[in-house]
Amino acid sequence: MADGLTAGPGAGELETHDFDVVVIGAGGAGLRAAVEAKERGLRTALVCKSLLGKAHTVMAEGGAAAAMGNVWSEDNWQVHFRDTMRGGKMLNNWRMAQLHAQESPDRIHELERWGALFDRTPDGRILQRDFGGHRYARLAHVGDRTGLELIRTLQQRAVSMGIEVFMECKILRLHKDSEGRVSAAVGYWRPTGSFVAFTGKAFVLATGSIGKSWKYTSNSWESTGDGHAMALWAGADMIDMECVQFHPTGMVWPLSVRGILVTEGVRGDGGVLRNSEGRRFMFDYIPPMFAAETADSEAEGDRWYDDHTNNRRPPELLPRDEVARSINSEVKAGRGSPHGGVFLDIASRRSAEYIRRRLPSMYHQFKELAGVDITAEAMEVGPTCHYVMGGIRVNADTEATTVPGLFACGEVAGGMHGSNRLGGNSLSDLLVFGRRAGMAAADYAEGRTGTPTVDAAESRKVVDEALAPFARDGGESPYDIHRDLQETMQSLVGIIRTESELVQAASELDKLAERAGAVAVSGGRAYNPGWNLATDLPSMLAVSRLVTTGALARRESRGGHTRDDYPKPDPEFGKVNLVQRFDEQGRLTLTPEPLPQMPPELAALFEEPAASPAPAPGKEGH
Amino acid sequence: MADVTMRVWRGDSTGGDFADYTMPAVEGEVVLDVLHRIQAGPAPDLACRWNCKAGKCGSCSAEINGMPRLMCMTRMDELPTEEPVVVAPMKTFPIIRDLVTDVSFNYVMARQLPPLKPRAPEADGTYRMQQVDVERGQEFRKCIECFLCQNVCHVIRDHEENKPNYAGPRLFIRYMELESHPLDTNDRRELLRQRMGIGLCNITKCCTEVCPEHIKITDNAIIPLKERVVDSSYDPIAWLGRKILRRTKRGAVEVAQDAPAFTAPTSEDRLERQTLPVMVGTAVGAGNPSTAASAGPGAGPAEAAGGTGPTAAGDPFGTDAGA
Amino acid sequence: MACCRVDRTGRRPGEPGGSEPEKEDKPGVSTIDDVKPIPVTIGGVRGGPAVRTLRRDPWWKSPAFTFVVLTLFVAYTVWAVFQNADYFVGISQHRDLISPLYSPCIVGSCVPGSHGTFLVLHWWMLTPALIGLSGPGLFRSTCYYYRKAYYRSFWQSPPGCAVADGHKRYTGESRFPLILQNIHRYAWYVAIAWNVILTIDAIMAYRLPGDGGIGVSVGSLVLTANAAALWMYSLSCHACRHVTGGHVNEFSKAPIRHRLWKVVSKLNAIHMQFAWVSLFVVVIADAYVRMVAAGWFTDPKLF
Repeated sequence: MADGLTAGPGAGELETHDFDVVVIGAGGAGLRAAVEAKERGLRTALVCKSLLGKAHTVMAEGGAAAAMGNVWSEDNWQVHFRDTMRGGKMLNNWRMAQLHAQESPDRIHELERWGALFDRTPDGRILQRDFGGHRYARLAHVGDRTGLELIRTLQQRAVSMGIEVFMECKILRLHKDSEGRVSAAVGYWRPTGSFVAFTGKAFVLATGSIGKSWKYTSNSWESTGDGHAMALWAGADMIDMECVQFHPTGMVWPLSVRGILVTEGVRGDGGVLRNSEGRRFMFDYIPPMFAAETADSEAEGDRWYDDHTNNRRPPELLPRDEVARSINSEVKAGRGSPHGGVFLDIASRRSAEYIRRRLPSMYHQFKELAGVDITAEAMEVGPTCHYVMGGIRVNADTEATTVPGLFACGEVAGGMHGSNRLGGNSLSDLLVFGRRAGMAAADYAEGRTGTPTVDAAESRKVVDEALAPFARDGGESPYDIHRDLQETMQSLVGIIRTESELVQAASELDKLAERAGAVAVSGGRAYNPGWNLATDLPSMLAVSRLVTTGALARRESRGGHTRDDYPKPDPEFGKVNLVQRFDEQGRLTLTPEPLPQMPPELAALFEEPAASPAPAPGKEGH
Repeated sequence: MADVTMRVWRGDSTGGDFADYTMPAVEGEVVLDVLHRIQAGPAPDLACRWNCKAGKCGSCSAEINGMPRLMCMTRMDELPTEEPVVVAPMKTFPIIRDLVTDVSFNYVMARQLPPLKPRAPEADGTYRMQQVDVERGQEFRKCIECFLCQNVCHVIRDHEENKPNYAGPRLFIRYMELESHPLDTNDRRELLRQRMGIGLCNITKCCTEVCPEHIKITDNAIIPLKERVVDSSYDPIAWLGRKILRRTKRGAVEVAQDAPAFTAPTSEDRLERQTLPVMVGTAVGAGNPSTAASAGPGAGPAEAAGGTGPTAAGDPFGTDAGA
Repeated sequence: MACCRVDRTGRRPGEPGGSEPEKEDKPGVSTIDDVKPIPVTIGGVRGGPAVRTLRRDPWWKSPAFTFVVLTLFVAYTVWAVFQNADYFVGISQHRDLISPLYSPCIVGSCVPGSHGTFLVLHWWMLTPALIGLSGPGLFRSTCYYYRKAYYRSFWQSPPGCAVADGHKRYTGESRFPLILQNIHRYAWYVAIAWNVILTIDAIMAYRLPGDGGIGVSVGSLVLTANAAALWMYSLSCHACRHVTGGHVNEFSKAPIRHRLWKVVSKLNAIHMQFAWVSLFVVVIADAYVRMVAAGWFTDPKLF
């Protein structure tokens, strides 16, 4: 190795890379943002915690929602917008929902230009599939591995553009300059444990989810809420963090795979939910808001798959929050499956050949992990922590956070999905707002004056804090603290919440924070998962705190947030975002702030009487 | 319940050995679950990659009882338990630590791939493709990039010197995907023949055997590619046809320059890259030479010299001074 | 091209002792070797123990079996080829059966009655099987499946998956002579011609000269099975798959080729099985004709 080149990370000096735009997180949103910034000719860095292409986006299965109207020509952005808002129980940022509905078709077509191979309609367009909460078949998909297709396409696009990718690098903190603009991100290389800083004119956070604080989650180890926490610490506003989506169908057995996702596509393609008595219990749980468009008999629900025109959709395809709650109630009532879930049955309803073609990865997942042949038997499923609707407050058009120079897109940003996300809206969210964040970050970087630098004292603090666990003797194992955090969040801040449990959770989090302060790790710094986990704990604790505080404050049930003690939605809460931020004294505060007001022409979309069953289909794809 | 013994490779580039961990057996577990319990118990610093734990991200590749497999998709109950379960890192790639290897080879080869060059879209700006046109490519796009095929391929597993001129099975399916892509207008056959080592493959099919996505790599990608190269280079009839119709095949040089890795921006960059290893933890990107330079020592040989790697006692920033 | 020009001293331009590079027609890159990509680092330290393999399953069984069977086949074939006798059952036994190893019999050394009326190489006095075997031999030895089989079992390159290669240096099929494997497509065309001939042989076998004209004997069935097996083997071939439709990028624009490709793809999935079955059937057919011709027994007429 040439000597001159090792001088960078030499004694006491922090390895530093300078860019115009630094994107943190290389899932769909991060990749899309980086592609956009790079296309503008800016020096763009993409930093990710794992290898490129392993981000949680690969786990998305069903599809990307976009009102392209390929299967139902009646579909348009207004309908998609309305579905999204209603699914989110009107807590969404209307402007984001509008942009999302308007722009997602273009974003999908763009992927095709970059090499994506979606399933097709008979006339050669992109095929779209039915999903919960979407009025028309709207999800562009590739079997049940759409997320993989999306991330691979974006990854290959990014690589072909020559974007610099920094893999296996965990960012710990964001630094601001004297004017309050974010100017650097400090982190470490996981393979070596040596520290590194990225200076940039604009930063885009695209770090995804927070699910790893729950015991049963569909999220991977990466989903520790780093971006949420970093933004919070940097002074950003966080909204509606209590709105956490529990996906109704995660695997429940074997225990080691509990929580792994079972795509909603199973239900979209004809799968039904049954309790231990064999009853399709979802018919007992149709909420008034959706009663007009939901079938009230099994016969009608079954006819719907072939004839959307004269029938209403089966209740299995209600929005996720409704289905998850219903499953939860069934299990609580003692009508669950042997391993504490309910049965998802497609075997008795579709041919083996159809199931294998439409749901190949579900077939393999159950076959190889659970030894269950889903073409012959029912799956056991139960709710699993899946997605956080809340997140960093952003400007709807630019994804700018309240901190200058910091942008956020994808799951880490809040507002788009209100209190509950519709399936399929996430992938299109990544594309639409990833692009917008990339554009706005590029604009900001081009307009920014001065050279961003790393503050030596501040970065020293970050490094010392990160390394502290090595110096402690006899401290607690990070794995123990993580396990207890997951138990706490799962049992006290889970799918159904209540005041006393949330208060208890808050005090448990205090204790956990204290324990995390005394965590100790052994071994070296190079690829040490124990130490890596220890550095993830502060983020996980911070987001758990945000969720718990928000859940305590929102005294109503809405979307993904269900309070046992306030089982009804409260119109007053429906008008506000619960905003959490650090005040000048460094205290975490929570303020209800009014939602942005929808313009009358959009508001009018919700005044029409619930439409009668869908009109004649365009081209039916399957 | 009975116990299981895991014999896990512990070590880094300075050397290593197997260590045995005996854990209680738990029903329905996969190899990765047991490793996680080892991490939470006797060996908190046991290094292994993993993400989704459902066979969809391709992170947890390793060699279990000698066979390259995903740890998250290998159930304990399908392995013989009377003797220890041997878990070793992928052999073809340099070790970073324990079960984690430096797979940057694959990313470097991916950068040398000329991307899709689509034909002009329809009037409305979108494309029309039939299901039958996309199905062949869709099989290859199932790839989760676990790199088990690259690892098992003896062309580079047993002959390190072939690496610079061999794309490997993962990339071959990508080449085939693009070559048979209904929208593509590029022709990568000369590049494949001259630089990407399609001729090095002797179709012994181990890549197909280990593919966790059950992609028929050899039958559906490598052999068809070889046949396409026959069309362009070894077929006298096709050669005659080209002569008569005065068609030229697109040269490897021209095609290669569509890929970012082949168009190094400056001469200095080129110089740097020729002397520096590209490691995980470094940029895969073209452009900034300092990325490859600065992270390299940590990820590779310099760390090796230190043995256990940096500790808290050493210099907080770097690896060199502390170790 | 600049890089490849070699002057009279045998050195490339710019090398010490070589002539100075001439002012070239095109500056910059002209061959793929001039385009330098990001280099791949080689020689990194690998993990795991320095053993040939960590596999504990009996991975060697399959290559060992292939080795034994292929060796026996080659041994039998060589013996049968140089027998140069007992390969034809003619009118004296009221049959028209020819061993597939000796067909087409078009040379001067063929026994009377065994050859057709066209293209007789009168001067060829060696065993006719050298001609008979040339086409199918070329096809079989360059077959994608057999390549896998013998590279693994004979050449040990590699003997099994994740088992170390038996050789230090490896250039695969990128150099002479193995680069010639690329002629497999042409071997396939030849094999198709042979299939036609062997099919004619099978049809002729239903002619029972002087024994009631047309009928079915065990021998005719054996030759029919032989022809059928060879057809299945060559139609399931990877080259066939490419020629029939594999080369098409937009199947929707070529529906017939797509349909053909789908059929061939189905067959191709069991190409290995056809390769073995046809191998055994050829041996059985040759042995059967040989035994009848040698007078061990007469070919029974069935009806």
